[in-house]
Amino acid sequence: MRRAFLLLSLATLALLSYALYQAMVVAPTEATMGEVQRIFYYHVPSAVVAFTLFAINFLLSIVYVARRSPRVDALAVSTAEVGVVFCTVVLVTGPLWARPVWGIWWTWDARLTSTLLLWLIYVSYLLLRRYSTSGQTPLLAAVLAIFGFLDVPFVYLANRLFRTQHPQPVYFGGGGADPRMTHALLLNMAAFACFALLVCWVRYNLERGRQELDDAYGVRARQGNARSAGVSP
Amino acid sequence: MKFLYAAYAVTWLIHIGYLSILTARGRRLREEVEQLRREKPDAFTG
Repeated sequence: MRRAFLLLSLATLALLSYALYQAMVVAPTEATMGEVQRIFYYHVPSAVVAFTLFAINFLLSIVYVARRSPRVDALAVSTAEVGVVFCTVVLVTGPLWARPVWGIWWTWDARLTSTLLLWLIYVSYLLLRRYSTSGQTPLLAAVLAIFGFLDVPFVYLANRLFRTQHPQPVYFGGGGADPRMTHALLLNMAAFACFALLVCWVRYNLERGRQELDDAYGVRARQGNARSAGVSP
Repeated sequence: MKFLYAAYAVTWLIHIGYLSILTARGRRLREEVEQLRREKPDAFTG
């Protein structure tokens, strides 16, 4: 397992470097926005990875509600947390792209506002998991995640359903782009997807370790109670 | 160009920051496990 992790890490590093080269050097400069348009190669893949992780979290949350498996719960929290990190990247790189192109950092249009709302929903999910002391916390979090995910399709459709400052889609309904741009975009998507997989792997192992420690504390507490009651644990 | 470089730099700062948090959490977890093992060697059944 350690060997597979190391191999995937090296492959991801190589892919990220090559994707960066494609984005910065090979992809042509966009005619109207100029060099700043290259933020696209980090902004869009981060959004795609975040939404994919939230979709996986949604499915895992449904499975958790049905089966109550700690492994599924650990995987669910991992995908949500890494998804929030990628969504943070989207919310930070977006304004850095908007300022030179639109002349403003932010506007309350449907796409931007629903993305911020999505981030807040999943931050709430993580805060619930962090600070709730109820034994039902994983179940409550799973239910929140199931309803919270409903915002993802809305974010996706927001610039199709409403007039937004955010540009209309380039792919899936738009006019497409130069093949070199598409190539750089797909490479960056693959690279960030591999990176997200690695980080989820680390986060999952951490969560499983935390669950085992909590179980061990439970054993210790039971042993302590049994000893004070004068019975063998 | 400064916005482009800022966006790329901030992306990696966010990811590196999160990886640092995970590393610190992992270290704390290992310390807790070691402490529990010292206090109660039979606490871990696995």
